Amino acid sequence: MVEIIGLEKSFKKLKVLNGVDAHIEKGKVTAIIGPNGSGKTTTIKCILGLVIPDKGDILINKQSIRGDCNYRRQIGYMPQIAKFPDNLTLKELIAMIIDIRGNCDLNIRKDVIHHLGLEAYMTKALKTLSGGTKQKVNALIAFMFNPEILILDEPTVGLDPLSNRYLKERLIKEKENGKAIILTSHIMSEVEEIGDKVIFLLEGKKYVEGSIKELILETHTKNLESAIAKIMEETRHAQNPKV
Amino acid sequence: MGDFIFPVFFLISFGLFYLGNEASKVIASLINIVLFILPLVSIVFGTMYFYNSREFMELMLAQPINRKSIFLGKFTGLTLSLSLGYVLGVGIPFVMFGMKDYSEIATFLTLILSGVCLILIFVAIPFLISVIFEDKVKGLSASILIWLYLSVVYDGLILFMIVTFSDYPLEQPVIYLSALNPIDLARIMMLLKIDMSALMVYTGAIFKKFFGSSMGLGISFFSLVLWIIFPLLAGLKLFNKKDF
Repeated sequence: MVEIIGLEKSFKKLKVLNGVDAHIEKGKVTAIIGPNGSGKTTTIKCILGLVIPDKGDILINKQSIRGDCNYRRQIGYMPQIAKFPDNLTLKELIAMIIDIRGNCDLNIRKDVIHHLGLEAYMTKALKTLSGGTKQKVNALIAFMFNPEILILDEPTVGLDPLSNRYLKERLIKEKENGKAIILTSHIMSEVEEIGDKVIFLLEGKKYVEGSIKELILETHTKNLESAIAKIMEETRHAQNPKV
Repeated sequence: MGDFIFPVFFLISFGLFYLGNEASKVIASLINIVLFILPLVSIVFGTMYFYNSREFMELMLAQPINRKSIFLGKFTGLTLSLSLGYVLGVGIPFVMFGMKDYSEIATFLTLILSGVCLILIFVAIPFLISVIFEDKVKGLSASILIWLYLSVVYDGLILFMIVTFSDYPLEQPVIYLSALNPIDLARIMMLLKIDMSALMVYTGAIFKKFFGSSMGLGISFFSLVLWIIFPLLAGLKLFNKKDF
């Protein structure tokens, strides 16, 4: 569904992505993980066209995304932080995005609004909403149009447990409907819970790519966190045998 | 934003009329206020507005719309609201108190036109600056420095040049120099129309001598339009390549 080929990006002198290749499939949750500054968000932003890569390409359904904005019709994006125009109400914001993207899926919209408890905020100005509520608005916008590809950047940060659970259920449902889901997260247990595949980035390079279950089996560990730790240790040993 | 400009200009124009002035005198008093306040307010609003809507632009950029529409949409939105505030703020008192004849109406329209040009220019410039500088404080400082240069320092430099090189013919260089300052162009445009030689600065006098009133008006207006187009296109070009 999404093919990332040799992606490179520098911000001034800092090389953030150094040749990332990855393949994101339909009907799977692919988690992009890695330490802070490893290039997770930049990779996501490249897919969205927010960041323009220096080298490499991204294919969506075998079509390059360069110089075209219509491919974004297939993408729902939930950013890490969001600021909306202060004076708009939630209702107006939804109307505006529907105006851009065309009709939304009414069932999904109703369902998300209901479960995240957004009804109460419909006529409130967006500037008065709390951080968590804004995050819920982001989730609503991402899911509302029933896109083929869902991209979520740290989706569970700042959400209350109830909404968090709903979001996970929603993601699993979308996955079963054959959507391609990409998410970044720092919380390994969470990735293990809903993810099928991980792409582990380190210093702008793909370090490991593979199915979560297989990674745990291969490394003979109990969970993803220790599996990743073990892989990192082993490579470090291989690089400097003395240590 | 327009709701800030509107009461300011409404109160000033209304006040000037109320103090018993006639339309032509009100226009003459308004010229300096317009030349001073309008660029400052527009450049500050433009910078703040662009930086404040950055996250929102990210949200928009993730939707299927191209960057050009977002950039030009932001520009149109802000300039429209500022212009509306200005036109109504100045226009309502003039309509209320009435204007004497066609020449007064024409002068009034020149005031409106050059004011709107100033708004467009001084929103296009900070948009360009905001695309270049990632940091809000840097962007705002650069904007204010540019305003300070164009509205204060520039006049001093021209004066300095005239005094220093008074032995040489200065007409032509001064004409080119005035084209480098949109505030000066707007002033020339208004003063050529109002034909008030007492208020005419050096550059304006030369413009009149060189091109005559109507030709000078046309040239200054044309230069103002170029001043809108260039920063706007440069900003758009950089915006198309910008990383968010």
